Amino acid sequence: MYAFTYHRPTTVRQAANLLAKNEDAKLLAGGHTLIPTMKLRLASPSQLVDLSQIEGLSGIELKGRSIVIGAMMRHAEVTNSPVVKEKLPALAYLAGVIGDPAVRHRGTIGGSVANNDPTADYPAGCLGLGATIITSKRRIHADEFFKGMFETALEPDEIIVRISFPLVQKAAYEKFRNQASRYALVGVFVSKRSSEIRVAVTGAGGNGVFRVTHFEEALKKRFSPKSLEGLTVSPDGLNGDIHGSAEYRAHLIGVMARRAVAKATA
Amino acid sequence: MSAVAMTVNGKAVTADVDPRTLLVEFLREHLRLTGTHVGCDTSQCGACVVHVNGKALKSCTTFAWQVEGANVTTIEGLAAPDEPLHPMQEAFREHHGLQCGYCTPGMIMSAIDIVNRKGFALEDHVIREELEGNICRCTGYHNIVKAIASGAAAMGGKKAAA
Repeated sequence: MYAFTYHRPTTVRQAANLLAKNEDAKLLAGGHTLIPTMKLRLASPSQLVDLSQIEGLSGIELKGRSIVIGAMMRHAEVTNSPVVKEKLPALAYLAGVIGDPAVRHRGTIGGSVANNDPTADYPAGCLGLGATIITSKRRIHADEFFKGMFETALEPDEIIVRISFPLVQKAAYEKFRNQASRYALVGVFVSKRSSEIRVAVTGAGGNGVFRVTHFEEALKKRFSPKSLEGLTVSPDGLNGDIHGSAEYRAHLIGVMARRAVAKATA
Repeated sequence: MSAVAMTVNGKAVTADVDPRTLLVEFLREHLRLTGTHVGCDTSQCGACVVHVNGKALKSCTTFAWQVEGANVTTIEGLAAPDEPLHPMQEAFREHHGLQCGYCTPGMIMSAIDIVNRKGFALEDHVIREELEGNICRCTGYHNIVKAIASGAAAMGGKKAAA
């Protein structure tokens, strides 16, 4: 990996200033995507800004009808959080199927969401629950946040501080794992909050996480796996690779969506 | 940048290292604690697992600077040379939970982490699921799973007796 200067600011403002001053600075959260990427020299930031000493980025709390999770919360902390397990078990489940136990001790929700890997789990959880990403500058709804493969609405000097997930009546996540990497070949997050139905898909889209609106319309009539019977997704624009063709992923979206709705209504 | 400092196996250590230094490099090359291995170097195989503040992590995917001030335990820290083996090490020996042994330090550190999180009575499927991040290319895992179940029970017995 190439050399870099290491910074460990103690406030979000200091971190944002470092980003503003250095065009190729990068934020270091858990590092479980960034460090492997740097080893491969696919990323070569001249400055690395470690967020671990910033106090305001941790914590999980119930605020009214939402659960608010600090950006530096590790996957293990989210999946084991009593409040997340009780109020949003689908999100606790999602965090518990990321990577492996050692990875879950390091990887963070903020890092995963900011990275927006097209096969990551959290983007599906955010879009599937209609979360709000709270940054150092503003609040961004998940519908406006994920802009494409590894692309988000974040500005170069903008930092995710917290993510707010609205409580929903029903939700579930179903993931079909890549047998080697354990990333999502296809993952589908479904939720129902009064009349708002969301079906978010990760792993499959050529532009990253996306919603399946015709599934959502069908589920509005009746939130049941039966409502999705016979419905399909076009393989156009889906990823195809050695792990699975676009047609296979399109098929899996239907299967995972039905399983997720069945789980949410069980 | 000044020297990074942390506690490794109960001993305060410090060294002047480049920010690029991975925790596993710090342990192996600066402290000469070569029990922690580098297998894949891509955070998949688990040969590099150590405990930081009591939690298993992959030291090939962590910079030494990220754990400044932390308590690090490596395979060398489980039992002193003149002491009996840690119950989990003893269980791997007893059940022959290894062949070439390359993955073993990581397996044992992950196994103890599983016990810390899941308790002393571990069903086989739990052990197999929790070992997702540790790869062994020799054994087929059968004896590793037996060793961990037995080591977990022994850890429980030791705690009860203490």
